[in-house]
Formats: sequence, structure tokens, C-alpha cells
Amino acid sequence: MAATLHPPRLLPSGDSAVTVEFSRTIDDAANERVLALDKALAASPISGISETIPTYRSLLVHYDPDKIGFDALGEKLLALTGQSLPPTTKARRWRIPVAYGGEHGIDLEDVAKALNTTPDDIVARHAGGDYRVAMIGFTPGWSYLSGLDKSLHMSRRQSPRLFTPAGTISIGGIQAGIQCLAAPSGWHLLGRTPVRTYQLHRNPTFLTEPGDRVTFFAIDPKTFKELDRAAEAGEIIAERVDA
Amino acid sequence: MSRLIVASIGPASSVQDGGRFGAQRYGLTVSGAMDRLALAAANTLVGNEPFAAAVEIGPFGATFTARDGAVRVALSGAPRNADVAGKPVVMDTSVTLKDGETLTLGFARGGSFTYLAIEGAIKGEEVFGSLAVNARAGLGSPYPRPLQAGDEFAVDAASGAPELRIELPKPVGGPIRIVLGPQDDEFDDANKALFLDSEWKISATSDRMGYRLEGPAIKHLHGHNIVSDGTVNGSIQVPGNGSPIALMMDRGTSGGYPKIATVITADVGRLAQTSAGTAFRFKAVTMAEAQDEARKFQQLIRTLPDRLRSSDTVELNIEALSDANVAGYAVSAVDAGTWQVTAEP
Repeated sequence: MAATLHPPRLLPSGDSAVTVEFSRTIDDAANERVLALDKALAASPISGISETIPTYRSLLVHYDPDKIGFDALGEKLLALTGQSLPPTTKARRWRIPVAYGGEHGIDLEDVAKALNTTPDDIVARHAGGDYRVAMIGFTPGWSYLSGLDKSLHMSRRQSPRLFTPAGTISIGGIQAGIQCLAAPSGWHLLGRTPVRTYQLHRNPTFLTEPGDRVTFFAIDPKTFKELDRAAEAGEIIAERVDA
Repeated sequence: MSRLIVASIGPASSVQDGGRFGAQRYGLTVSGAMDRLALAAANTLVGNEPFAAAVEIGPFGATFTARDGAVRVALSGAPRNADVAGKPVVMDTSVTLKDGETLTLGFARGGSFTYLAIEGAIKGEEVFGSLAVNARAGLGSPYPRPLQAGDEFAVDAASGAPELRIELPKPVGGPIRIVLGPQDDEFDDANKALFLDSEWKISATSDRMGYRLEGPAIKHLHGHNIVSDGTVNGSIQVPGNGSPIALMMDRGTSGGYPKIATVITADVGRLAQTSAGTAFRFKAVTMAEAQDEARKFQQLIRTLPDRLRSSDTVELNIEALSDANVAGYAVSAVDAGTWQVTAEP
């Protein structure tokens, strides 16, 4: 299997980080290779690496140029990518409640219009999807999902919004996401979830991990309020389904 | 224990240290000082570790009052008028506030962020080894938000150590240096040249998360959507409207717009200190040069204690002071003549 894989590209990200890119598109096989390299580095650390950040399709490796140079590090990283994949651990599955549309999802109607359909249809397609947490990034707990229905693929906004609320459930490009904190975003806002994927003094602080599976289900605004109160109190309201 | 009271303070001021590392994989932003060299210089002046927690003061004025004993502090970064009880305080020096005395700081000149380090450092509850405030995430300590009048820090009583100044090297002026990539191949040669040959200004809507750059629109080769991947401090992404955004300390750990270039480590603080509206340019350097500069920058921070001098020996040379305090931060000239350096004991 390894022989058919493209060799990853090393992309300089300034003088203290390198992106090891396995793919330019969303591809669960590429994501598996990202996570495998990440695990391989954890198992046999390279001196000078301070932190790694797995993404959909690349591993961002932060390092100290005082300890290792770009070329030497690149060689070592490429050597590790050639190793066979460790067995994957069994994925956890989360059911995430979402209040769609209205004040909770201000772009739902526009998305429906742009795709020549109804808001209900968009909700059905979004909630009907089976997603995989491909990466976590941007802001604490922001979970990027692969598996968005092809009919929902649409360009991000030309100019990002400076503010989108905590719990935003949105789509952008071919990606779907669960946002935990208020943040700027160029994605389209379909709804909000009361689930906190990050809560500082809760155990665990971070709910999702790359590789987890996610499905959504619709709730009404009243249920949103109730669940939001429970979540604020530290309850994990996402439903865990063990496959 | 003494206390340092924030008597008044403008917006965009917060507690910052070297930053929060180790959980970027969960989207936990790094945060930390916008100008790491200035943070380190201020801390070194009062005998702290270079990246200990200090007050990052935004462009507006501020006043701090010592209570329950004396408090020794130091200032570095964007220059501004400062005085204690009407007696001017020079940048890049330490000063001790006696119980009840107030340090008054004016607006920043030719820069944005000034660091007030406190002997013994600011104390608080660390998250991932850091007190750095990220207001958006509600993170940081002792106040997980921008500072407000009435906030106070419990601090060590002043040790009585002699006051010091620090001789920082003459700052590098000129363009902000970058390394192209990681997605420079999402732009054709003409647009890369446009990025490198144009004059840029930082928009007034900029903040600790990102500096929006005003200039010509940079066009993408294949559109503005890429599959999100990791970002670093100094990543320059180009969204759909073609206006680049330099990602700063409160940046998201990943982003979905192509990143044309990355500001080199040694110049991120200089970019941070460039005031809104000030024109500047970028210059591409090789990886070897960027890494060499990064190593020199680290070496400079390690050897800051060697640059400490007794503050009695300070020479009132307005040119030297304006070089040390001003030139590196603003790319355009700052009127050094208006910078008050009249008094030093």
C-alpha cells in the first residue's frame, strides 16, 4: 500500500516551522497518514521539535532553528513518513444537537437560496451527514469535519465576518465545522450547538480528537436554552455513541 | 507584598508573557507578547526571566500606582512620555515607585506596544505554562481579559537594587523580511511580485489576532479556498478580497486562505510595532538567512543581561536614545525631536 502513496511535500512556514503536506484536498487516507506521522514523532521524538499540529492533510511541525536546520529536519521527517501505519484506535462517535436557522443560523436561508432549495432541505442534508473530525484548530476546540455532503459544497464568503458566536455550526468550501468560541469566520452559519468542545475547567478540557466521528441532530430553540445551561454548568451534553 | 494598581488604562492592554505552547493541536492559541524583544528587555531590567508575565500596554496612555510598599518596574518597547511624580522616566530603564507614587505613561509614539515589567513578575494561575491573556478565549491570569482601571497585581516589594538601563542594539530598519510559502504556489509570479514590490499599510481594524494590510489586491491562481491547515505567528494569508492579513499572536492555529509568505521570527515584533497607517514594504529572504537571523535573535535575548548598565551613566544623547527607542519600530521616521528625554539623575 505504501508504494502507491505520493511522497509528502515539505513547505516552509517561516524559519521555525515546516508543513509536511500529504494532500491538497480533504482525503481521509491522507489524514490517516498525517496522524500516523504525528504518532511516529511522538514515539521517536526529533530533537528541536517543540510542537506538532495535525491538520486535514498536513502536519505542521514547529521547531527551534537553533537546534536543527530546515534541511536536516526535512530529511528526518521524510524518513519517518515512509514507515508503515500503526493500527488505528477505535473511533469515538458523538451526536451533537444543533438549533438550525433563525438567529442561531443566520446564513441558512441564503445558503438554501444559493443552492436552489429550502432551508429544511439544507438541514436534512447537513444533519444527515456522517462526519469525521479531521483536525482541530483555529481557536480552542474548533473541530473541522470531513464528510460534508457534496451538494453543500460552496465557496467561503469573500470577506470573513469579524464576529461569529460561540457554538456556531457552519460550512465552508468542502468542510463542515463545530466552533466553540466566538471568532471571526468566512464560513456560512447554519446553526448553533450548546455543546462546548472546549471548556477550561471541565474534564476533559477538549471534547473531540482527530479521528472521532460526528453526527448532528436538530433541536428547537427552547431545548437549545436548556442544554446550554447544562453545558455552562460543565455537563458534557454531546451524546457519546460507542460503535 | 506590595500592590501595583492599574489606576487608568486604555483598551488593548493585557498581561502577556512568552506565550502558551503545547496545545495548538487543540486550537489553543499561542498569544503572548506582540514584541518579544521588548518584553524580554523590560523583564531583564528588573531581574526577571525574559519571558515572564508583564503588562503589555496598547497605544493609549496608562497610570499605575504603588500601594503597601515600593514597586520596582521597567519600561521597554514603543516609546512614550513617562514620569513618576512629575519626574520623567526614560524608556529601557528601571524605576522604583515608592508607596503611593504613580507612574504616568502617555500615548505610544512610533510604535504600538510598551511593556511594563515588574520586579518578581506578575503572578497568576498558569494554563499550559502561561499567563498570557487571550481575551477571545477568556484565557489568561490574573485577569483573563483586557486590563481595566482598578485592576491590581500583588507583587514583590522592591528589592532596592540599583536602577538600570539596557543598551539595546541599534534596531534594523527597512523592509519586513519574509520567507515565501507555504502556499506561494497559489499565486502567479506577477502577483508575488505585486506583493513584494508594493507599499503596505496596516489597517485600523487590526488587533492582536491579525494585522489587515492595505495595498493592492493580490489575486489567487486557483481561488481563495484551500483546505485549512496550520498557521504560525507571522503567517500572511490572502483572503478572497485580496487584502493580506498578517496573523499575529492571538491568531487561530489554522486557517483556510492561502498563505503567500511568513514573516521571519526576528521581524514579527517589528511588524507588531508598526503603527496603523504607516507605510512599509516586505522583502523576501532565503531560509538560510531567516534561520541565521532567528538564531541571532535568540542569542540577543539570551545575552540581554550583558547589556545592562547602571542608569547613572546614561548619556543624554537624543540621537542615541531615539535610535534605541524609536527607529526599529516604525518604518517611517518618527519625529525624535518631540520625544522628551530631558531628565535623568
